[in-house]
Amino acid sequence: MTELFYDAAPNATRVAPERSGARDYPPKPAEITLFGTCVVDLFYPEAGLDAIRLLEREGIRVHFPQAQSCCGQPAWTSGYVNEAREVARAQLNLLDNGLPVVVPSGSCAGMFRQHYREVFADEPDTLQRVEDLAGRTFELTEFLLHVCKVQWQDLGAPTQIALHTSCSARREMNTHLHARALLGTLANVERLEHDHESECCGFGGTFSVRMPEVSGAMVLDKTRSLVESGAVEMVTADGGCLLNINGSLEKQQQPFRGRHLASFLWERVSGEVTP
Amino acid sequence: MSQRIPVRELADSFRGRASEALADDQLRTNFRVAMDSLMKKRADAFPDEDEREGLREQGNHIKARALSRLPDLLEQLEEKLTDNGVKVHWAETTEEANRIVHAIIEARQGSQVVKGKSMVSEEMEMNDYLAERGIECLESDMGEYIVQLDGEKPSHIIMPAIHKNRRQVSKLFHDKLGVDETDDVNELIQVGRRTLRTKFMEADVGVSGVNFAIAETGTLLLVENEGNGRMSTTAPPMHIAVTGIEKVVENLRDVVPLLSLLTRSALGQPITTYVNMISGPRKADELDGPEEVHLVLLDNGRTGAFADAQMRQTLNCIRCGACMNHCPVYTRVGGHTYGEVYPGPIGKIVTPHMVGLEKVPDHPSASSLCGACGEVCPVKIPIPELLQRLRQENVKSPAEQPKVKGGGAKYSRRERAIWRFWVALNTSPVFYRLFLWGATRFGRLAPKKAGPWTDNHAAPVPARKSLHDLARTHLEKGEGQP
Repeated sequence: MTELFYDAAPNATRVAPERSGARDYPPKPAEITLFGTCVVDLFYPEAGLDAIRLLEREGIRVHFPQAQSCCGQPAWTSGYVNEAREVARAQLNLLDNGLPVVVPSGSCAGMFRQHYREVFADEPDTLQRVEDLAGRTFELTEFLLHVCKVQWQDLGAPTQIALHTSCSARREMNTHLHARALLGTLANVERLEHDHESECCGFGGTFSVRMPEVSGAMVLDKTRSLVESGAVEMVTADGGCLLNINGSLEKQQQPFRGRHLASFLWERVSGEVTP
Repeated sequence: MSQRIPVRELADSFRGRASEALADDQLRTNFRVAMDSLMKKRADAFPDEDEREGLREQGNHIKARALSRLPDLLEQLEEKLTDNGVKVHWAETTEEANRIVHAIIEARQGSQVVKGKSMVSEEMEMNDYLAERGIECLESDMGEYIVQLDGEKPSHIIMPAIHKNRRQVSKLFHDKLGVDETDDVNELIQVGRRTLRTKFMEADVGVSGVNFAIAETGTLLLVENEGNGRMSTTAPPMHIAVTGIEKVVENLRDVVPLLSLLTRSALGQPITTYVNMISGPRKADELDGPEEVHLVLLDNGRTGAFADAQMRQTLNCIRCGACMNHCPVYTRVGGHTYGEVYPGPIGKIVTPHMVGLEKVPDHPSASSLCGACGEVCPVKIPIPELLQRLRQENVKSPAEQPKVKGGGAKYSRRERAIWRFWVALNTSPVFYRLFLWGATRFGRLAPKKAGPWTDNHAAPVPARKSLHDLARTHLEKGEGQP
């Protein structure tokens, strides 16, 4: 039966790549590009603006190219590679100016950091630009913590919050550590753990509409544990999770809500309460 | 298959079965409690993160090395086993494997088989095949015994009856065996044990699986906690082992880290109660052991996975079940929802090669790609990456020539057209801005029910101004700019 093997791809045995999420950070740059992401663009634009304000507060000039759209993740995770590649190429061309790219969403940053090299796997010429983009892409909390090395004074009243981090972002880029560390610098903010904190909220992009029963059960459990945590509100740095969790809470007519971490952070450090 | 063991009638789609499972509070509690406990056990078994990650990397490399030499190792295994007096058989399909097993049993005029736990025999549906030919096959693993008694299939690859709690087992034993109901787990185990003990002595044939087949020495290694594996492989006069071709490893040194990964990832054990190393039938001067030992090596689509550099990684699997224990989907819907022999994340990536993607078209989509499975896999199979690959194969048109068996099952012109529209929207700044303009002005007029999303959520309401607008205004003013 071993003759069955001999048409196999030669030299096809793979070992797992290192994906520790650890990286070296550059000194604070003078200017950056903000990639807003499509979900923030349409549903949480204030969070995007707060991200800009937080970065400007650190003395950084922020560019927001008006031609940006989506990173391509929805098509990529749905298996539409060609479609994902076309949209990804548009962003790649747009961001091809060497400036650091800051993204107020872990999973979209992860798309640039990890998955573009899979999207463009068949294009050796593009891969170099892909690696270049990956090397200068930062998720917002990561950038504030490790590149800006922010030193904040917490101007807000004492509060208790729960933190939710997007699964893929946490696993690809340690975003949970960055967000926790940032929140830890705020003197009046206490972060409360919630039950099954590291478990997925059930969003998963198109998963939430392809498998609404399972996704719905997951978000019900997630919202329940968030409400039961005793926190006043939830914060997250991922728009997709926020759309899922807040949409479910609203449907359940729960008063509890989540909001984007950028808005929460801006409120604490500026003393301005976002309407 | 008229005499098949009756299996509880389930809906015929993943979503349908998932809905049934989600509505079953007892089932959900059973899984949640069990999976939480298993996650904790695994975490406790790996107190040192660096040691764990080093060991996982080692496991990944050992399996990659073995797979890179798979044809050679299999031939070496056959040679060494033959030298040791074990008869080796090759089966390309499950049908062929069943025919081989049946012929071996027939040759000995056997009529009673006692089985240790084996997922490959589940893959073959060996019990049904032999039952149809008048041969009784009794499961001797306690979990397998319970599901067999209830006419069910395993719901987990390590703990087949994990979907039942003790009261359900007690009721089953009461109904089927006529014993008194009890809440005492030990007493329940004694019930099974008494029934099985006589069967071990009466059986003509013992069937088992294999955890590792060692090429260098011709050794079949089998781990278990109940002793039934040792009984099945030693008490009857003949032992037939069935296994997939991916279980071969080079040598015994390679087994040490893999075994540690397997037992700690599966049940959080430093080692299983029994580790059986089978290297041949009873020798002339030995007092016990089977007179005949056979090994059936099954392909069943594995060479198809092997031929694909990316999907080959599915053959790393050592069947620990950690991926399902940590899966938020599996935890909620249980193993039967998957409708196939191998449930959970690993099932979703190994099943297409066995049965074809067209038979399990929804499996790749039944994941939020959260990555919990890949994070705990002891041999570092990139499960989310492979699920994404299967989604690609799933939506390919016939012209795009899907590379995985049964690919293209989800190809839909309508859906492709929607994505083409999405590309147009996201690659044309003018079109995208026009879309934002419309959505921010008229989005709140959208209907309150919008497909499956509003089953679980309030209808999403776009902001009145997009970030594109807010950022432009803000940056033009230049107030915050340094």
